[in-house]
Amino acid sequence: MSHTFTVSPDFSPDHLSGWYIFNTWLQRQSGEAIHLEMYDDFHAQRDAIQSNQIDLIYANPFDAAMLVREKGFLPLVKAADMSDEAIIAVSVDNAVNDISHLSAGINVATTEDPDVHMIGMIMLEAGNLDASNIQTHFHNSYVLIAKSLIQGKADVGIFLAEAYDGLSNLTKKQLKILVRSQIGVIHHSLMIGPTLAHRQTEFQQLLLAMNNDEKGKGVLNSLGFDAWVKVEGEEMEFMIDLMDTLSI
Amino acid sequence: MLSDMNPENIIGDYKEAVLHLYGDGSRKVFYTDIETPYPDGKLIVSTTDKAGVITHVNQSFIEMSGYTEEELIGTLHSILRHPDMPAVAFKDLWDTVNRGEKWQGFVKNLRKDGGYYWVKATVIPNIRNGQVVGYTSVRRKPSRTKVNECIQLYPTLF
Repeated sequence: MSHTFTVSPDFSPDHLSGWYIFNTWLQRQSGEAIHLEMYDDFHAQRDAIQSNQIDLIYANPFDAAMLVREKGFLPLVKAADMSDEAIIAVSVDNAVNDISHLSAGINVATTEDPDVHMIGMIMLEAGNLDASNIQTHFHNSYVLIAKSLIQGKADVGIFLAEAYDGLSNLTKKQLKILVRSQIGVIHHSLMIGPTLAHRQTEFQQLLLAMNNDEKGKGVLNSLGFDAWVKVEGEEMEFMIDLMDTLSI
Repeated sequence: MLSDMNPENIIGDYKEAVLHLYGDGSRKVFYTDIETPYPDGKLIVSTTDKAGVITHVNQSFIEMSGYTEEELIGTLHSILRHPDMPAVAFKDLWDTVNRGEKWQGFVKNLRKDGGYYWVKATVIPNIRNGQVVGYTSVRRKPSRTKVNECIQLYPTLF
């Protein structure tokens, strides 16, 4: 029986081939037949999860509650020393230097990455801004958000911090960071579904040992990671509760 | 039960008040007019058990409250209770989470040094295996407009 693995659609395009390499590594190590299915957007991926087509997922924290509480997924690991953080940025020419100086009615460029958008909106909230008094424009990439700010089509952009840091220096020189989140406990996680749950401990052991050999290290590097760290059940529950408090 | 605040820890001119904490006796507090601004981009996170005893705090909680982690763990969450906060706000909080629902509100918290900081707080019950085992509280930066509304409203609720 073949299992289906999927990755949160907000993965960096630079790491697309890395996920295929990782899937091959995982199949060899675990002896399980695993097919990697990449979805274009979160809606398509959630439909697949709802119809029980997914057995293994590198999940966005926004979807963790649904995966654990509705679909019986268990946490495996997260990438070491990485957390999901957001940046609110404007054009370097914008006179505003503080969130509290932004006005209602502004155009906000964002993506459909659910956790980054949510963290960004929470930071805008301190400036009395919410979905009811801004114009939200969704883009397919953070490069397009940067372009939108530089061209003056948007006033404010919500970025995944890692993606912002990875923009070219030329682009970053034309932008200005108003605020960078420092939350530290919101992260993507590799999770295993009910059909593979009996192998949770074995999968964890394989993944945690991955950085101990050169081949495993190379696969991790292709994903932009140094190592995996175990995610305990209670840590996942804590993050789900945290996300729950942030969703209102 | 919480011990009284120590005047030696207070920075600046202070006033004195005695708080009557629901079910937890009373506590003498000292407070000043010095506000610590909420740090941009951070969340203050804590968890308590069902009785409101702190079981976890993050670094932002420690920095903003002025207490050490050792002083906070095992202490009642009402260690942050400021005399300007009306009791009715906390009654609403407990009534809401005891129904298994989320509570959200703007809160003025008291620091160890007598100063204060405003937060927008959200509290949710932690449900494990169908049972409430404790509460998670997450605070974010409040908008100044909302804080100013609370500064006007809260004195009318005593």
